[in-house]
Amino acid sequence: MAAASATLRSRTPVLPTVVDETSRPAQPHAVIGETDPTLPLAEEINARMARLDISFNAHGFDAYGVSRSSLAAGMRVVGWLYRHYFTVRSRGLEHIPPRGRVILVGNHSGGYAIDAGMVIASCFLELDPPRLAHSMADRFVNRIPFLSELASRTGQITGLPQHALQLLRDDRVLLVFPEGTRGTQKLFWNRYSLGQFGTGFLRLALRTQSPIVPFAYLGGGEAVPTIANLSFLGKLLGVPYIPITPYLLPLPLPVGAELRFGSPLRFSGTGEESQPVIQAQVDVVKAAIADLIAHGLADRAARPPPPVAPRD
Amino acid sequence: MKILITGISGKLAQQVAVELCARGHELTGIDRRPWPDAPAGVQLLQTDIRKPEAEELFRSVRPDAVIHMATVSHLTTRRDERYRINLGGTQKVFEYCEAHRVAQALFVGRHTYYGAVPDAALYRTEDEPPMALESFPELADLVAADLFAASALWRFPSRITTVLRLVYTLGPSLHGTLASFLAGPRVPMILGFDPLFQFMHESDAVAAIILALERKLRGVYNVAGPQALPLSELIRVTDRTPTRMARVLHPFLLGRFGLPRLPTGAVAHIKYPIVISDRAFREATAFQHAHGEYQTLAAFRAASPPPSSAGTPHAPETGHDEPIPIASPSPRG
Repeated sequence: MAAASATLRSRTPVLPTVVDETSRPAQPHAVIGETDPTLPLAEEINARMARLDISFNAHGFDAYGVSRSSLAAGMRVVGWLYRHYFTVRSRGLEHIPPRGRVILVGNHSGGYAIDAGMVIASCFLELDPPRLAHSMADRFVNRIPFLSELASRTGQITGLPQHALQLLRDDRVLLVFPEGTRGTQKLFWNRYSLGQFGTGFLRLALRTQSPIVPFAYLGGGEAVPTIANLSFLGKLLGVPYIPITPYLLPLPLPVGAELRFGSPLRFSGTGEESQPVIQAQVDVVKAAIADLIAHGLADRAARPPPPVAPRD
Repeated sequence: MKILITGISGKLAQQVAVELCARGHELTGIDRRPWPDAPAGVQLLQTDIRKPEAEELFRSVRPDAVIHMATVSHLTTRRDERYRINLGGTQKVFEYCEAHRVAQALFVGRHTYYGAVPDAALYRTEDEPPMALESFPELADLVAADLFAASALWRFPSRITTVLRLVYTLGPSLHGTLASFLAGPRVPMILGFDPLFQFMHESDAVAAIILALERKLRGVYNVAGPQALPLSELIRVTDRTPTRMARVLHPFLLGRFGLPRLPTGAVAHIKYPIVISDRAFREATAFQHAHGEYQTLAAFRAASPPPSSAGTPHAPETGHDEPIPIASPSPRG
């Protein structure tokens, strides 16, 4: 809708949001995510923890219950997956502001939220200074033993509007997958499609005047090639569904993945606009993500596939 | 100012009374329990609030303000009795306040009003409704009392009605829901859950109540102290032993082996957090807590060192004020 682009702020540098990687001047860290062989991951994580912009109390807890030690332990796991298992390559990290509130909005895929973990790892391991992305966890997470504890100690709190609002007002990084579980339920052949987007994140962005950084995660659908989702089994276990792969278990394959962040989008408004106005702005974000996916896939097609990846 | 405190023999109410006396206020109290070492000058009527003598006291004293603290928790009192005390008592107190033209009525409620549920937000504001009553009926009478007290805001608009929802209090008195929960050598936790607990030092709670009274605060306010901490951290710092057990084992193990007894619904309170936002109260009163989270835990730990025997529930000695330093925490990560 034309109204959407009209309401975009004039100071937004690049709009529409097609991110053309080739036209952008070469940046020294345009592709980062390579392992620094001189520093073991655990040491690097400890060094980065010390520079994290979060006010922990004397014993390492913050106001949301994030624990410094749990976060470091969690980062060692997702960091290893990021660097060595999925060998994630992150592009466009310069679009994430080094400080201040921001909403990262991207596509979901791959059975369950591995992509969230990789975005969190990317923000922590690649940004300078490191930042903690708070994903807005699905409501069922808090009901599952251990997952509840792990999520709340690492800042992955329930995706409630109140939480999002508080985190943004505290100038934190919010990670949102507007497709929700609809996104992770995508089957293998739909892995790069975009489902219906929720609109709450955009109202929050307007209310808090937060920039939205769109991103695309490529490789999630290949890592967990879902062929069916069992909601009956999921209900028994207290989760929305259980993804089933050709090898039955939803264990992720060591498939190379890529994370592409696009230019920040800033919208003007109060967050009280009518639903059609908000929907049009959401569509702009969705289109930006679709563009990032398309460019990622085009780049990938131009490259020889990584040795362990199954061919499309 | 002439102040009447209901439930004055409670540990927190006693501290409020002592502090108000020291500030030169004229204190009257009603409680069924005695307060043998009450300071001189505190007039104590040992009766039930719902008895005619209690109303007679309102009539004769004509207090300027009433602090209603005569509520009981599920830990101490049976259900029918709780309804009578919490709801019936609150109803009477507000009736007396209106009939005898008390300028300010202050109800001291609890933050557990909001209920522990998995999908509630952290930092709940005063606007949020109470939840989880169906799973924790033991809380219903306190929630009803809180809502009834708040209804005085529109029923009696000419009076000042203050409803405070205080987080757990902790301190040397070893009194209160959280203190009872932490009293024994072993503290139950639910395997895989470690909710945030919000608590404040009892002397900060006293200061907050007095501040609300003296500022003639009108409305419903959450009152909290320092930053919330995970339950496991409370247990670690107070030198207790966490007993993590699956939810299904709770009915068989609680109340035995040195573990406290908990009603079924209260289990949600050690599974999910209740964390409230006290921003409105701090903005209205400029309240600042004096004790940090670790200082508060240290005060409790000093007054209640970890019981050595694991078999019997811990009965704290009164007057045990030997300071025991908290073991410095091991470096975490």
